[in-house]
Amino acid sequence: MNYGLVAVYKTIFSIVYGAYMDLISIRDVGLKDIEAILDTTEKIHNKEHEVDLKGKILATLFFEPSTRTKLSFQSAAMRCGMEILDFLPESSSLKKGESFVDTIKTVTGYADALAVRHPKEGSARLAASVSNKPVVNGGDGGNQHPTQTLIDLFSIRKSKGRIKGLNVTLLGDMKHARTMRSLVYGLAMFNANITLVSPKGLEMDPRYLDEVNKKFGLNVKIDNTPNYSDADVLYVCRIQAERFADPYEAQRVQEEFRVKKADLKDAKEDLAILHPLPKINEIESSIDEMPQAKYFEQAHYGIPLRMAVLEYLLR
Amino acid sequence: MLKVDTIEMGTVVDHIKAGKGGRVLEVLKIGEDYPHRVALMMHVPSKKGGTKDIVKIEGKIVGDEAANIIALISPGATINIIQNEKVEKKFRVELPAELKGAGKCPNPNCITNSEETENRFKMEDGNYRCGYCEKLVEAEELV
Repeated sequence: MNYGLVAVYKTIFSIVYGAYMDLISIRDVGLKDIEAILDTTEKIHNKEHEVDLKGKILATLFFEPSTRTKLSFQSAAMRCGMEILDFLPESSSLKKGESFVDTIKTVTGYADALAVRHPKEGSARLAASVSNKPVVNGGDGGNQHPTQTLIDLFSIRKSKGRIKGLNVTLLGDMKHARTMRSLVYGLAMFNANITLVSPKGLEMDPRYLDEVNKKFGLNVKIDNTPNYSDADVLYVCRIQAERFADPYEAQRVQEEFRVKKADLKDAKEDLAILHPLPKINEIESSIDEMPQAKYFEQAHYGIPLRMAVLEYLLR
Repeated sequence: MLKVDTIEMGTVVDHIKAGKGGRVLEVLKIGEDYPHRVALMMHVPSKKGGTKDIVKIEGKIVGDEAANIIALISPGATINIIQNEKVEKKFRVELPAELKGAGKCPNPNCITNSEETENRFKMEDGNYRCGYCEKLVEAEELV
């Protein structure tokens, strides 16, 4: 295919099928499609649905390190009967100076779908614009990680039975974590009540909140003091020490925002604690054994969810 | 009274936001090696009140693409195309709903700043969203 025609081809696809051919950003996916993906995930998880993509090949192009995303994409593809082509940047023509675009155009001819992670923001969108195959974003810098958002939404729905009307507290660095921004978007689509708790200076960009509010009508509270007594779901992410000029201040804030077993005594009994992982020390390790800790289950939902996404893209 | 000679063929950009005339010349790539006459008038009293900048460029016709860029710097500026010392065409620049191949994403981590590609931006509530990194930026940040 002439690569100049890719955009036209993908636009026609989206008109015919009423959905995008790629999964690049949570902004591209409507509520109906999200619900359909979550429903399929549920069926796959309950062994009520099998995904048959035998004979298809998934290329995984991860230009930066990943444990969960890459392995769960590969595992999901294998469980759908697909073959894997794994691109390893350190032993590729990138070393000879080949551009990202040329790499994508080349691999497009070898596979039926591409899962791409790259440190530059917009990389997945660029890949989708030069590939006539479905492209799924496995994380583009600080921008988007849509399958993580879908896993988060699925984990919330799975542990609480619904998303609408739940009190969801997001705790950590709201300024830099792409996970948090995308999740706020997804939660707003489902009309959840959101509380954003972050240290001073690491609040979510008000312009972003304004955008989400205009689209879905955001019910949000902003706080600088950790408190999750009202929360049905507590979603935690890391506060990076390098974001602070003063290392002592970093240590103090990390300690203040660390979730400790003792802090949970005032929390709801059926609180669900989620985390995109890897977690370093932001949740006390004794919490791992508590029934409220759902983060390892959340990571495991990556398999059925990504199987559902592969089916959605290769349907 | 400030007097500037008429030009035979070229462009007059009028009603530029005061202080932005130099930027307009910069984006039109009118530099020290430009071989024709150029006039930049800054903080000229405007009939509508306040002040404005005006640039007169001999030997250059500003096209639609350049007009889009001028709109990013100074929405509402007017472009007068001069032929045979007469205004042949006059139009007001407006912020386009979509920009393709023009402007530069100010996000240093945007892939468009390291890979050769056609930039694209869509207007949302008076600002522009990069078609790649999805950052929402003010019009003037694109130039």
